[in-house]
Amino acid sequence: MEPASRLDNNHELTLREFPYIIRWRQDRCKRCGRCTAVCPMFAIYPTVIAHRVVQSIGPIPTPSSERRVVTVIKQSTAINNYCTGCATCSLVCPNEAIEPEFNPNHKFLFYKNTGGSPHTRGGRRNDPSISTLDKLKFTRISMLTDPALDAGRHEFRIRTYLGRILPVEELPVRVEGDDVMMDTQSATFIPPVREIYPVMIGSMSVGALSPTMWEGLAMGVTYLNEVEGMPVVMCSGEGGMPLRLLKSRFIKYFIPQIASGYFGWDEIIRALPDMVDDPCAIEIKYGQGAKPGDGGLLMAHKVLKLISEIRGVPQGVDLPSPPTHQTKYSIEEAVAKMIQSMSLAWGFRVPVYPKISGTRTAKAVLNNLVRNPYAAALSIDGEDGGTGAAYNVSMDKMGHPIASNLRECYLDLVKQGKQNELPLIAAGGVGKRGNLAANVAALIMLGASAVSIGKYIMQSAAGCFGDENNRCNVCNLGRCPRGITTQEPKLYRRLDPDKVAERVVEVFKALDVELKKIFAPMGRSTELPIGMSDAISSGDPAISQRLDISYVC
Amino acid sequence: MCRLSAISSTDYISPVENIMALETMKEGHDGSGMGLVLKDLGGEFEELKDYPILSGICSRQGLVTLDNYLNGEGFKLRHTWSPRVSPVRGIKAREYYFARVYEYPPQFADASKEVKEELLLKARIALRMMGQEDESIIVFSFYPDVITLKEVGDPLQLCEFFNLDTATLRARIIFAQGRQNTNYAINLYACHPFFIQGYGSMTNGENTAFVPIREYLKSRGFPGYIGYNSDSEVFTHILHYVCKTLHYPLKYYKDVITPLKSSEIEGRADRDAIRLLKQSLRYLCIDGPNCVIGFTPDGSCFMVQDAKKLRPGVVGGVRGKVALMSEECGLNRSIPQRACDKDIFPMKYDMVVVSPGAQEVKVWNQLQGWTTIMN
Repeated sequence: MEPASRLDNNHELTLREFPYIIRWRQDRCKRCGRCTAVCPMFAIYPTVIAHRVVQSIGPIPTPSSERRVVTVIKQSTAINNYCTGCATCSLVCPNEAIEPEFNPNHKFLFYKNTGGSPHTRGGRRNDPSISTLDKLKFTRISMLTDPALDAGRHEFRIRTYLGRILPVEELPVRVEGDDVMMDTQSATFIPPVREIYPVMIGSMSVGALSPTMWEGLAMGVTYLNEVEGMPVVMCSGEGGMPLRLLKSRFIKYFIPQIASGYFGWDEIIRALPDMVDDPCAIEIKYGQGAKPGDGGLLMAHKVLKLISEIRGVPQGVDLPSPPTHQTKYSIEEAVAKMIQSMSLAWGFRVPVYPKISGTRTAKAVLNNLVRNPYAAALSIDGEDGGTGAAYNVSMDKMGHPIASNLRECYLDLVKQGKQNELPLIAAGGVGKRGNLAANVAALIMLGASAVSIGKYIMQSAAGCFGDENNRCNVCNLGRCPRGITTQEPKLYRRLDPDKVAERVVEVFKALDVELKKIFAPMGRSTELPIGMSDAISSGDPAISQRLDISYVC
Repeated sequence: MCRLSAISSTDYISPVENIMALETMKEGHDGSGMGLVLKDLGGEFEELKDYPILSGICSRQGLVTLDNYLNGEGFKLRHTWSPRVSPVRGIKAREYYFARVYEYPPQFADASKEVKEELLLKARIALRMMGQEDESIIVFSFYPDVITLKEVGDPLQLCEFFNLDTATLRARIIFAQGRQNTNYAINLYACHPFFIQGYGSMTNGENTAFVPIREYLKSRGFPGYIGYNSDSEVFTHILHYVCKTLHYPLKYYKDVITPLKSSEIEGRADRDAIRLLKQSLRYLCIDGPNCVIGFTPDGSCFMVQDAKKLRPGVVGGVRGKVALMSEECGLNRSIPQRACDKDIFPMKYDMVVVSPGAQEVKVWNQLQGWTTIMN
């Protein structure tokens, strides 16, 4: 009888518990070792095993067995070395000998809490189901009395306004003879308003993103503005911006974000006297759709020299931002004072708006902002938004879908007659399944003035591996195999910023064409079809009822 | 697509002229309705210009309700006109078509124009609401010197039905629309032209931006911005909003519904103001394709359209009689003696304005300013 100690493997997990199981083909593998070298999780390792091989040599079958020692690739069963399914091993394998396979029956979350620490990760909500946005279709097609437009030839104005728009009755204008002219005697404050492309790159920080990724995005955005004439803007995320960008004329294409940790703002304030142009806007982060109620979190292993300089902090320390802005007493005070402080810093020339996570209480924030003459917009980030680091439970279970949240806010503005005064920016899961233009157009027709994207651009411009089956999602560890969310030079030099920039431009140009292909058959070209809810329908009566749109079948 | 026929004249004319023009443009409308608005009335109404005229249709029971309400409010009936109706196949006659002239309630006799307009609007809406459910009362306008007549059917047949050829009805400005049914149900309230507090307009083409515009207008807090049985009603209400509520000159109607591009605004003397207007009135930007023909309280008529209107409407005529039509053949039918080479086909930046009495025709171009074509 075997001793109990040799049979008792109860402290170990089987591979069936893991979300991804490595399929390795011994016959194809040439033992080059690339896969084990690149694996960000050390989930696979080379080892040797003894093999009994039956063989027959010569013209007459004379089977004999031989015992050989062979090199193999094995998958770790240590929970902290789980395979994330990123497939970097497959990427580098010269012989297609290895690939991870999703295991839908995994029990990962039962075990990924060793040491009493819940699972933390980056990425998005692990829900691969079809989002509400993807269930909407465009059903109002212009036919006879209003012929559809030619998306290729017609002139389209796909632009929106970012900034508080005065109600017409309050405009400082007066009729002089046959003309309406500015009333130069009026002391009315005219809030700053930017004309931008309705899809912006949402807040992803230098720090969460690698230097090459952030620079690639920034270059792409600048190219779109300077060369393509598309006023696409990008938000910095919390953590400041490179000094040379702050002091350049390109700052007008960027939206610096201030969040509860105020990281990077020492440097921004210091750069203020040397700034040659104003930023596009300032975003005040109160919440994030992926992790409502949590502040930003940059893990120590991502806080290297560049980041510590930009953020004005020591290297190698965790940088958690508090859940709320600690210096303020209440949300009302926080919003009002923060908006005024930021407006004051740039002489009230820059739109300042808050971003909140999607929530059933969004209307309370909305109505607070409606009454604040300095609030430039409200950005709402739905539950399908992404993050660089958060607790799994926050990502998976906290938050509000963007579609109904946006819709109820828009309809509330309509009820008050203020739908044109406070632009709504929608975010969170836009382009989740690749249908970027369709999701953007649907959100606009539900009432969004603009839409923010994050994960979509990471995937399309830099090949981020992440998906809703928890693939990869190790942005928090600084081990991003694509070099997108890491501060490790060995990893981020894999990413060519010029190629990222090129892809950003391609993505936006393609998006522009697709938006025209949606707007043209509806006969819309002159103005963005904000709130054109008669154009969209759903095949789900419950969705139609909730969003106040038509039901089709 | 709906056919539009508007005539502005120094002399009083009969609506038959408009209807004959609609008949020549018949291939564009399907006979799903006709609306007539007559302004600056002659004949039996010439001496009653200061008194409000209630135009509409009602049942016998509806008339009782109507009388009770208006009597209760203090209005006193002064004159009644009702068309002599002849049976025409395919047209279902309603019980009572009317244009009734009232005296203001005594307490409003010396009230300002604004107060009186508010009173008339309130009364019209109240009557509309009373008869909405059972269609016992349908009211189109309640305003001095304006009559509105609408019914479902082919314009020429309706002319016969109402005996308009022998009626004494005359006016200096007459708007008529032959309706092509669109997405919206065949409903009398969906017939153009629409009228509100001195402003009227009719439109052809589908209004693709209807829903956001409707929501914007309805949320202005003005009680008259209701109805919208047709997507074209918003054009009348935008006109009213721009000219009456905001007090902007008429030419800004064009800048509101078809705003210039940012680069084009730079060339305008009023650029700082219209840049703000474009932002603040973004929801009133139409996305066409639409041709709008309208009039203002002073008797000016205009035609305007957006860039997507593939075949523009046309304005032409002689001094003292100018027609604004959706098709050239309609204009030929109305004013054959004019010099055709002076016909105006307004392009995307243009607004043609015909002065009261058709004495002058000018074109307002958003980039170039005014050009006088006829005076």
